[in-house]
Amino acid sequence: MLGEGTESSVITDVIFWVIAVGTIVAAIAVVQLRDLFRAALFLVVAFLGAAGMFVLLRAEFIAVVQVLIYVGAISVLIIFAIMTTREVEQGSPYNRLQVPALILAGLFLAGVIFVIFSTEWNVLDTAISGGRLADETATKASEVFAGTVPRIAGLLIREYVLAFEVASVVLLAAIIGALSLMRER
Amino acid sequence: MEGQAVKAGFDFLGIYGFFDGLMPESLDWLAFLVAGFILAFAIINALVVSTAVYTWFERRALGKFQSRLGPNRWGPFGLLQPIADVVKFMSKEDTVPDGADRQVFTLAPIVFVATGFLVFALIPLGSNDWLSRLNIGLVFIIAVTSVNTLAIFMAGWSSRNKYAMFGAMRGVAMLISYEVPMALAIAAVALASQSLSTYTVVTNQEVPFMLVMPLAFFIFVAAASAEMSRTPFDLIESESELGSGYHTEYSGMKFALFQLAEFMAPIIVSCIVATLFLSGWRGWGPIPGQVWFILKALVVLCALLWFRATWPRLRVDQIMEFAWKGLFPLSLLNLFAVATEIQLLRDPVTGALTDSDMWAMAAINWAITGIVFLAVSRMFARKQLQRPLPKPSPLANMGAEAE
Repeated sequence: MLGEGTESSVITDVIFWVIAVGTIVAAIAVVQLRDLFRAALFLVVAFLGAAGMFVLLRAEFIAVVQVLIYVGAISVLIIFAIMTTREVEQGSPYNRLQVPALILAGLFLAGVIFVIFSTEWNVLDTAISGGRLADETATKASEVFAGTVPRIAGLLIREYVLAFEVASVVLLAAIIGALSLMRER
Repeated sequence: MEGQAVKAGFDFLGIYGFFDGLMPESLDWLAFLVAGFILAFAIINALVVSTAVYTWFERRALGKFQSRLGPNRWGPFGLLQPIADVVKFMSKEDTVPDGADRQVFTLAPIVFVATGFLVFALIPLGSNDWLSRLNIGLVFIIAVTSVNTLAIFMAGWSSRNKYAMFGAMRGVAMLISYEVPMALAIAAVALASQSLSTYTVVTNQEVPFMLVMPLAFFIFVAAASAEMSRTPFDLIESESELGSGYHTEYSGMKFALFQLAEFMAPIIVSCIVATLFLSGWRGWGPIPGQVWFILKALVVLCALLWFRATWPRLRVDQIMEFAWKGLFPLSLLNLFAVATEIQLLRDPVTGALTDSDMWAMAAINWAITGIVFLAVSRMFARKQLQRPLPKPSPLANMGAEAE
């Protein structure tokens, strides 16, 4: 964890483990539950856990946006989709692709774990204690962490404005496409 | 906040600091826990007690509006009515319908109430009394209120009742639609105050934003009263059509929780409006800021009550039309106008806005608001005239033909 500003690292560690275990349990429940509606609710729990992780990483803005978009919008969309599905009562059906899916998911997990361990993370704490960062840079970095919003805004509106706008145009196209598909002929 | 000494007020850090001083170094976590509990206790009880008083006030006032008495039996002027209500709720049987999803059924009212408490924690009650120092408060408010839709969905789905389901579907459609203009109105506030923190919104509000951007104010109040889902937006639970909507199957304490959340909503909304548009705790003279804040919130509260008592319920299609064809374009227009004015008026070097800039914005925005109101009302009025005459039902003459 980032040492500066967090009063007690024991508390953060405890909170981290609670959130981590909760998120994983909820994610397993999403896949395993027969009741689709409950599975969707556990998906919400998993999203909230991810938001909690962002808070622990001091990215409050991303955490809140995670709640806003995933909990407030995407999960409502998913629940609407579940409700308009026929034969919801029978739950999620199984088919023969279980084993291939398991293998694929395992490979993906292994890849992610490999990437996590092979990346050299620029964690502020270790960088400062290892003397890799000058004090001046360290203060600047902690200032960035104190106010992530202006930095994110600058990146979105200045540096990556084209990608940002393209994303919104794609979303608009998706909305229009959905409307024209649904329109009564 | 970074670097400068923050005077300890009634907030998490203040309480934590107090207990941290009392306890030895090794018990840091206990101080953390105690401070959290005290804060939660304070928020929940302040809200529950004020809601209890407000239910009495609202019912008495509605009685006056409708030329009847309202609750007047218990205590002077019926003041003890909330206590009688709570006793009644607690002594009622707590029923769960057959085939309902029991856990989700129980969880729904809890989630519904919790969102209200979470929002209230962000409101600065005085220059030094604010419970949670979050630098992204405005986004947090939007995010947490959007979780409400999930609670309504949970209640409607788990009751296994068609009326509850219909109420929940209507409610979710309405809440999602009105979130958009509400968020856009808040975005205009964030632009003008150049901050996302509820605290800084107030400190940067030399001129109340209600005067600076009246359009945003009206949009926010309209959208927020829809988010509260009270009359004229109470089609979620329209008694004449749906039993009582998503909480048809609820009884006892679970129903009481829904009622609590419903009556809590106007209090929270009026606090948010007072913070965002009426410059929060700022006031004149020796009167402390907390009193100013409560006064402003009370004025908004009475206005919301007035809306509720005056307007009839809107139809489903009218409500969706009002959100998407009325408030949504208006909020876009407002955001565009405010952004343009800020870009033109602000100091090109520091980006700061002075008081005179604010007053200039106020003048322009009032003009825009007036024109827009005229145009919109004319548009809706013309539509009223063009409405087709109702066709008689083919079944209407059946009795006559039989004779």
